[in-house]
Amino acid sequence: MLWDPRKGRNDVAATAATLTDDGQVFPTKALRKFLGSLTSREAPVLMDLGPVVGANVSFFGERLGCKIIVEDLFGDFDRHSRNGGTPFAEKLEGRLSHAPGSVDGILCWNFFDFLDPAAAHVLAASLIEVLRPEGAVLAFFTTVAAPDARFSKYMIVDENTVKQKPYTGGGKKQTPIRNRDIIRMFEGLKVSESFLLKTNVREFLFRKPPNEVVNE
Amino acid sequence: MWKRDEAVRQPAVPNNEAAAATAQAASPQVARPDGIKSQNERGVVNIGKSVVIKGELNGSEDLTIEGHVEGKIELREHVLTIGPNGKIKAELFAKAVVVLGEVKGNITATEKVDIRENGAVDGDITAPRVAIAEGAHFRGSVDMANKGKPATQSQNQAKPAGPVVDARPQQPAPQAVHTQSQPGQVPQGQRVGV
Repeated sequence: MLWDPRKGRNDVAATAATLTDDGQVFPTKALRKFLGSLTSREAPVLMDLGPVVGANVSFFGERLGCKIIVEDLFGDFDRHSRNGGTPFAEKLEGRLSHAPGSVDGILCWNFFDFLDPAAAHVLAASLIEVLRPEGAVLAFFTTVAAPDARFSKYMIVDENTVKQKPYTGGGKKQTPIRNRDIIRMFEGLKVSESFLLKTNVREFLFRKPPNEVVNE
Repeated sequence: MWKRDEAVRQPAVPNNEAAAATAQAASPQVARPDGIKSQNERGVVNIGKSVVIKGELNGSEDLTIEGHVEGKIELREHVLTIGPNGKIKAELFAKAVVVLGEVKGNITATEKVDIRENGAVDGDITAPRVAIAEGAHFRGSVDMANKGKPATQSQNQAKPAGPVVDARPQQPAPQAVHTQSQPGQVPQGQRVGV
């Protein structure tokens, strides 16, 4: 189902809350710019924090010539929430074992919505470290709290459209993060683009300044 | 209809032993050679569920593995299928690899890697084409730019030791499918001041 701009935000939010197994298609404005940052590189390296999606592998691998690293932190988080144990922030320490500055683009999707502040900060710091100078990070943040949300898989339909499908697990608490906290979390990166979509999703595109120059 | 070259067959040897020979299980630790079955009409060797192989496995036929293999598998010119019961902890080199079971290790294919529903791969894939089905599990990297050419492996290692001939007609390589963007779609949204 394509998103209907004539509907109000509440209608759209209600639709998103009842995400069907067939998924839901919604527009994106930041993805095109994220792709632009990748295509400016030769043989870019892309890291996807979400579960593997065959269509995305084809899209990035065949069309853009990317090397794709699939981390599936969603799966890690789901297992952790079922099994318990050490705080997830500790599990994230050193989880992304890639060389500093070795990744050109990172797709976070809406993973940060589900993390507690400590885990979110650990993950953001790891992402900043592995991102190369001038690399980009794309992340979605909700504006609506949901006590019992489901993880989603995001499938790229084209550069303006993403399809969201339910993924493993359920009953996760999805918490909105304030803009200033998001920016603080990614300290060291610049906010290149930010959009508030009528689907109640905030899209953030961060870029790492060249030569490790910290955002002033 | 394709028929295996009669010269390849060894009449005095039962099918199971012939298949074991062609599969070139170089490791001396093949636990149950009687679990290796050759389906000669299809030209596919099947390693059954009860077989455990530790070491290096080279071959010049298509191979389906339902058992456990640890080490290294090389079928440079052929299709390697990891069946639903297959559990592999090895580096895989083949023309094409189809995964329905579990693989822990890197996969290099000169044509295609295909992870089917419920297939699981934990490792890095290098192949010009990669297909991952809905419901498959994958963690690692996918590199489609290197066209599945391993840098360190000698071609000699892939050659069969025995006079095995695969006379099946070669299928033309299918063309890669590219996703087409749909121009003209303008997303709705508003820029947020931050």
